Amino acid sequence: MDKYKVLIGLEMHCEISKTNTKVFSSAENSYKEIPNTNVRPVDMAFPGTLPVVNKEAIRKSLMASIILGCEQPEYMYFERKNYYYPDLPKGFQITQETKPAPVGIYGELEFECGKENKKVRINNLHLEEDAASSDHYASYSTIDYNRAGVPLLELVTEPDLHNADEAVAFLETMRSIYQYADISEADSKKGQIRCDVNVSIMDSDLDEKDSSNWGTKIEIKNVNSFGGVRDAINYEIERQIAKKEDGTYDDMEQQTRRWDEESGKTIYMRSKVDAIDYKYFVEPNIPKFKIAKEWIEEIKKDIPKLARERKDIYKNEYGLSDYDATILVKEKDISDYFDQTIEENIDPKIASNWISSIILGHLNKNYLSVQDIFVTPKMLAQLIELVEGKKISSKQGKEVLYKALMEEKEPTKIVEEEDVRQIGDEDSIKQVVLEVLKEQPQAIVQYQSGRTNIVDFLVGQVMKKTRGKANPAMTRSMMIEEIEKR
Amino acid sequence: MAYMEKSIEEIHEALKNKEVTSKELIEESIQKSKEVQKKYNAFVSILEDVEEAEVTDHLLSAIPYGIKDNYSTKGILSTGSSNTLKDYIPFFTATAIENLNKKGAVAVNKTVMDEFGMGGTGTTGHTGIVKNPWDPSRMCAGSSAGSACAVATGVYPYATGSDTGDSIRKPAAYCGIVGYKPTYGMISRYGLFPFASSLDHCGVLTRSVKDAAIVVDAMKGIDKNDMTTWDSKDIHLYDSITGNVQGKKVCYIKELCDIKQYPNASEELKEHLKNFHQQLDLCKTIGIEVEEISIDSKLLNAIASTYVVISCAEATSNMSNLTGIIFGPRGEGDNYIDMMKDYRTKGFSPLIKRRFVIGSYVLQAQNKDRYFHNAQRVRRLLVDTWKELYKTYDAIILPVGSGPAKYLDGSLDMLNEDTAALEEHMQVGNFGGFPSITIPDGFINGLPVALNITGNCYDDENILNIAYALESNMNYKGQIAKEVNHG
Repeated sequence: MDKYKVLIGLEMHCEISKTNTKVFSSAENSYKEIPNTNVRPVDMAFPGTLPVVNKEAIRKSLMASIILGCEQPEYMYFERKNYYYPDLPKGFQITQETKPAPVGIYGELEFECGKENKKVRINNLHLEEDAASSDHYASYSTIDYNRAGVPLLELVTEPDLHNADEAVAFLETMRSIYQYADISEADSKKGQIRCDVNVSIMDSDLDEKDSSNWGTKIEIKNVNSFGGVRDAINYEIERQIAKKEDGTYDDMEQQTRRWDEESGKTIYMRSKVDAIDYKYFVEPNIPKFKIAKEWIEEIKKDIPKLARERKDIYKNEYGLSDYDATILVKEKDISDYFDQTIEENIDPKIASNWISSIILGHLNKNYLSVQDIFVTPKMLAQLIELVEGKKISSKQGKEVLYKALMEEKEPTKIVEEEDVRQIGDEDSIKQVVLEVLKEQPQAIVQYQSGRTNIVDFLVGQVMKKTRGKANPAMTRSMMIEEIEKR
Repeated sequence: MAYMEKSIEEIHEALKNKEVTSKELIEESIQKSKEVQKKYNAFVSILEDVEEAEVTDHLLSAIPYGIKDNYSTKGILSTGSSNTLKDYIPFFTATAIENLNKKGAVAVNKTVMDEFGMGGTGTTGHTGIVKNPWDPSRMCAGSSAGSACAVATGVYPYATGSDTGDSIRKPAAYCGIVGYKPTYGMISRYGLFPFASSLDHCGVLTRSVKDAAIVVDAMKGIDKNDMTTWDSKDIHLYDSITGNVQGKKVCYIKELCDIKQYPNASEELKEHLKNFHQQLDLCKTIGIEVEEISIDSKLLNAIASTYVVISCAEATSNMSNLTGIIFGPRGEGDNYIDMMKDYRTKGFSPLIKRRFVIGSYVLQAQNKDRYFHNAQRVRRLLVDTWKELYKTYDAIILPVGSGPAKYLDGSLDMLNEDTAALEEHMQVGNFGGFPSITIPDGFINGLPVALNITGNCYDDENILNIAYALESNMNYKGQIAKEVNHG
C-alpha cells in the first residue's frame, strides 16, 4: 500500500429536500411512497411546458456555495445536458456547466477525519434537476416521476482525498452541512444522496501536485450509500494495485465502472472514448438573471450555526466533553433538541446526560429519529426540573421518562397520575421509620448484635410503605440514628 | 357580405345590435371551414360542436377564431401537424389561448402547419399540403399555412400563429393578409409546442392592423408559467393606434431593396421592388421620413445559415421529449432505445429528420464552436446592427420575399441565390425578439405581395401605428382571397 498513493475525487449529488416545490416545477418537493403523485405536466415534459426556476432552491444552493468557500456567479444561467433515457422525460436535464459559472466554483472545505484536520478543494457546485426513478422487472419497467425535477446539488471535488476513511469523513461533513443549513435531510435511505467516485493510484515517490504523475482515472458511478463508497474505494484500490503488480496497469484505459453492491465489485461500463457527448447549450427558457451582491450578503447572514460551531460552543461555553459534544452535534435534530432543552433553563451538562443516555438510547434501540418521539424538549425540561428540585428521585425520573417515551404520555402527567413523588420532609419520613422499627423488633436485635447491613432491609421496608417516594438518603441516615438511640 | 369577412369591430357591432347571434357566426364559420378544407386543406380539426359564447363588451366576445395546431388545447386534438402526436389530446390549454377564451372568443378549428413549425412551405403537415387560396397551384408558405389560408378566405377574422423564422409573416404575405408577432415575451409561450425556444414567438394573422392589435391585446400578459414573459399591462396596442405618423423615421436596406443588387432579377422581383419603392413614396406623403441605409452584404448573407444552425440545434433538443413513452403512439421494440427509434423513425417527416441531424451536428463537441457558437456570435452582431439603427429610426421597412407566393411544384420556381437574404431577412426579427408586422402592399399578376415593418423591442405600439397609417393609405385592408387565373 505504501508503494502507492491513492487519489480520490468525489461527485456528491444531494437532493435539496427543504423547498416547497421542485426546482423548475410547481409540483410539491417531498418524498412520497406512492408513485406519480407529485407530478405536474412539466415533470413529464408534455409538449409546451416550460421550466420556472424556484428561487428558494437557488437561495439554498448559494448558501451551500458560500459555506464551501466558493465564488458565486454574477449571473445565473442554466444549461441543457442532452441525452435519451426513459427516466429523463424531456430528453435533456437542466443543469449548470462550469462555463458560464454555476452556483459555486473553486472552494475549499476543512473537515475532521479521526482526530486530524483535512482539506479538500471544491472544483464546483451546481444546481440541477433530478431524473425520474425507474424499476426494472423481468418483462417490464416502471417509472416514477415523483423524483423528476427535484432540486439536486452536485458537488465536485478535486482529487484531494487519499483513502476511504477520508472520503467518508468528507461526505459525513457535507451531510451535516446540508442538514444544519436546512438545505436537505440528506437521507440516503430516501435516495437523497448519491455519489460518483474517481479513484486513481500513483507511485508514492512521485509528486502528487504535478498532475502528469497521476494514474489512470477510474470513475465509479452510482454509489448510493457511504458504506458503499468505502467498499467501492477499497475494492478499486486493491484492483488497481493488483494491476500495477502484475504489470497490466499501463494497458488500462480511462473508464467508467459501476458499483455492484451485491457482489461487492466494480464492473466495467464504458471507456472514455465512448463518453457521451451531452451537447450542452444554454437553456433558452430561463433568462439569465443577476445575483445581487445584497442577496448574497443576506444569505450569508442567514446561515445557521453549523455542527463545528455548535460543537465549539458546547465544549467551550457549556463545558461539555469533546465526546459528549461530538455525540450531540452528529445529527442536527439532536443538537436542536439539546439547544431547545437548555433554552428552558436547564444546565447543559445535565441536559446532555439525559439526552445522550436515555433519549439517544431510545432512538437507537427503536430506529427512530428525534422528530418521531412524543417527549418534547419542554417536557424533558419539566421532568429534569422535578428531579433537580428533589420532587422526585433521579431513579424515578428515569423511569418516568422511559414510560413517557413508550406510552407517549407527558412526563408531568405520569408523575401526577401515579403520584410519583419523593417524600423529603423529616417528620413524614421519621413517622414511617418509627413505624417500621416498631414492626421489626428482631431487626433491632440483629443490628445490635453486629449485623449492621440489616439497615438495608429496614430502608427497603420504608420504601415499600411509601411506594418508593421517601428520599432514600434521608431515610437511611434517619434509620441509623433511630436504631443507635435504642 | 358574410359576417366572417368583416373586421372585428364590425362583427362586434353587429353582435351588440343583435343583427347576428354568436350561434349564427359559428355556423357561418364552420360552414366556411368545410368549404376551405375541401378546396385548400387548411385544418387538422373542425370543432363542429363548439358552444356559443355570451356577447360582452369585449371586442372578441362570441367571435369565432382559429388556432394553429401547435397550441395545446385541453380536450381538443393538438398534433403540431405531426404523426408523432396524431392522437394527442392535451389536458391543459396554452396561456395565450386561455387568455382569448376568457374574453369569450370562440375557437372553431385547429389549423394545419408545417410539422412542428419546422418548415416554410405549408406542405409538410401530416394531413397534407395547404394550397394558396389565390392560386391553388401555389403554396401559402409556412409554417402558419392553415391559419393564413383560413383568414384570407374569410373563415373568421383572425387565427393564432407562431413565428420562429417568419412563420406568421411569410404566409400572411403570400395570402394577402396581416401577420404580426409582438416583442418576445409579450405573449406567453406556455402551451406552445416548441420549435426553437429562443426564437419562438406567438402571434396572430388578421386582415387588418387594428384587428391584430385587438387580438394581441387579448393574448398578451405576464405568465407565471413562462419566465421569458414580461409585464405589458401599460401597453395598449388597440388604444394607441392613431394613424398619426408625423415625424416618424424609417429606413430600408439598400443591399436588399435596390434592383441593381440582382443582376438576374425575375420580372416578379422587379415588379415587387418597384411596388415597394412606390409604397416608400407613400410613406413620405403621409409624413414619414424615409432613408436608405447600407449594411454589409456579408452580414446579410449570414442570416439564413445563422438561423439554420440555431433553430436546428434548439429543435433537436426541444423535440427530444417525443419518445412515444409518455404520450404519442408508443413504438415497438425489445428495449427502450428500439422503441424510441421506431416511434421517431415512423413519426417524423424526412425534412424534420434532416434538421435534427443538422442540429445534432452543430452541437457536437468538435463542431460546437465552429457552428453553434459562431452562429450565436453572428446573431448578436445582427441584433446589435439592428438595435443601432433603432437609435435613429422608428422602424426598418423591407419587402417580404422576392415576390408573390411560390409554386407548390418547386421546379417551376426560378432558383436564385441572390435573393436568399431578401427571402430570409425577417429572421432577424426573431434573433432580436423585435416586434414585426407584415401587411399587404400590392399585387403582381393578381397575387398579393407584402412589406414588413420591424421595430425595437417593446416598441410595438409605434410599429403598429406606422403599419396602420400605411395600411389606411393603401387599398388592401380586409381583403378576401379570390382565385385568379393566369398564364
